[in-house]
Amino acid sequence: MLHLSLFLIFGAICITGAINLLVQRHPINSALSLVVVMGSLAVEYLLLGAEFVAAVQVIVYAGAVMVLFVFVIMLLNAGEEEQTSGSRVAILFGIPGMIIGSVLLAWVLVARSGTGEVALGALPGSPRSIARLLFRDFLLPFEVTSVLVLIAIMGAVVLAARPEAVEHTKKEG
Amino acid sequence: MNVQTYIIVSLVKIVLTIFILLTAVAYSVWLERKVVGHMQNRWGPTRVGPFGLLQPLADGLKFIFKEDLTPPHVYKPLYIAAPMLAVVFALTSISVIPIGNAITVGKFSTPLQITDVNIGLLVVLGITSLGVYGVALAGWSSNSKYSLLGGLRASAQMVSYEISLGLSLIGVLILSGSLSLREIVLAQQGTYFGFIPRWFFFQGQCFAFFVYLTSAYAETNRIPFDLPEAETELVAGYHTEYSSMKFAMFFMAEYANMITVACLATILFFGGWLGPMFGPAWLQQTVLPVLYFIAKVFVFIFVYIWVRGTLPRFRYDQLMAFGWKYLLPLAIANLVITALIVALRS
Amino acid sequence: MVPLNYYLLLSGFLFACGVAGFLIKRNIITIFMSIELMLNGVNLSFVAFAAHWHALSGQIFVFFVMVVAAAEAAVGLAIIIAVYRTRETLNVDQVNLLKL
Repeated sequence: MLHLSLFLIFGAICITGAINLLVQRHPINSALSLVVVMGSLAVEYLLLGAEFVAAVQVIVYAGAVMVLFVFVIMLLNAGEEEQTSGSRVAILFGIPGMIIGSVLLAWVLVARSGTGEVALGALPGSPRSIARLLFRDFLLPFEVTSVLVLIAIMGAVVLAARPEAVEHTKKEG
Repeated sequence: MNVQTYIIVSLVKIVLTIFILLTAVAYSVWLERKVVGHMQNRWGPTRVGPFGLLQPLADGLKFIFKEDLTPPHVYKPLYIAAPMLAVVFALTSISVIPIGNAITVGKFSTPLQITDVNIGLLVVLGITSLGVYGVALAGWSSNSKYSLLGGLRASAQMVSYEISLGLSLIGVLILSGSLSLREIVLAQQGTYFGFIPRWFFFQGQCFAFFVYLTSAYAETNRIPFDLPEAETELVAGYHTEYSSMKFAMFFMAEYANMITVACLATILFFGGWLGPMFGPAWLQQTVLPVLYFIAKVFVFIFVYIWVRGTLPRFRYDQLMAFGWKYLLPLAIANLVITALIVALRS
Repeated sequence: MVPLNYYLLLSGFLFACGVAGFLIKRNIITIFMSIELMLNGVNLSFVAFAAHWHALSGQIFVFFVMVVAAAEAAVGLAIIIAVYRTRETLNVDQVNLLKL
């Protein structure tokens, strides 16, 4: 009962946030509603027992990735979204597409999948058990993603650096 | 313990914690004004009460009665929400911090912290990482160039220093093998040669402590890293447009964050409530640990103020270079060496 | 007890919202955020299935998704900054020349 009511409350917050992301015109409002979605998803993870995933969700997604988004919005001084002819076409196809897609998904899920239920804290994902799995069975993927992150760092620096600034540092150093 | 007593005890603990925290915030402001005053050959507050001890109360009253200005050009929803976010996250992060052993009255026993979760450190880190929204949104929604620059500086600075902060703590986590703050403290029991306590600071985490303290100063926007509110260049940075209680909320958030950082430093590097024990059982069990904890936190608050009275402010490029080029490699080196030693020992 | 279907429906709805946002929105930053929303929806179904099948590897996949999302956000936002610097717009309809 407690599980169901908590699930419903935070699921409702989550859905509201996701819809608000679509409705809002200003990117900073969309970004904040996405933060709300991520926060309530962290609670959903906690309900499923995935405590470490929930903590990482808050620290990495809400605390770092979304701060980066807000930072860029502030930096570029992004204003309200302008309406163009492209956006009208997109709304014409996008909203029906979304409705059809979600109805289809829901129908498949409800019709096809079994009636399995999950208990409160069904699978406790403590940091210790996660680490054991991550650094034994998934060591190779882990290392590969670390290389990916390294490449991403270098790519971001190269892309975001101003050409003049690069020239300047070359002369100096 | 049944559900009702659990809820009542939790509520009492929450109210008490918030009351103590807010009092501590008020008096660390008093302490700061007093100590910095004496460092600069002034007296600091003296008029209200003996030694100016009632000054925080007077300041609070003044903040409440001041006119709450809202400039016409701000983006109102976020302008109002930003100080609330800042103060809420600052107050929430204290909730998992243990300040002593469990207290036992007859059959009933409860730990001296609001809740003991086994990922306590991650909870604190998560909540403090959300704290940046208050500052960034305040800067953006004020719609003024000084605020915007302050908010931009704050978000870049806090995201960069969070990395070294997190990495500096991993050495401690490797040694203690737990993320629960209570277990981290209990892992530091005992002494070397009978007089050097086995605190993680003395177990070779002194560099990590240096990295932690430096990045924590940057996280809390304190001198020498108070670029987001540098008054000589940005008027007051992100809270330029705020007045009255909204300004006071930012102020409270800053000092509450300072106290959280001091508590974490105490728990992770200086043995929390551990210390030399003597006297009867009730003294050893309840009173002394809490006193040790408060004394250690007080020392860190004093160091904060001391640093403020001593160091000049960094330049922004120096700040970023320091974080990425010195602190981060130092934190990684500490992590690698600690891991190597632990691996060789086992 | 909560039926697994509820979690999957929530996750599917988030994914659908992400797809719709990707199509509807014209601001390049919001489009990016829609992608993050889709990834979050997928993560929820990973965790729900992990709990259902008692397989912790489902939670491991969430970490990989998060790492990829963080890397993607870093590179993507750098691209957005580069585009803004040359075109001075964030509207995807106006970024229509192959040669910048």
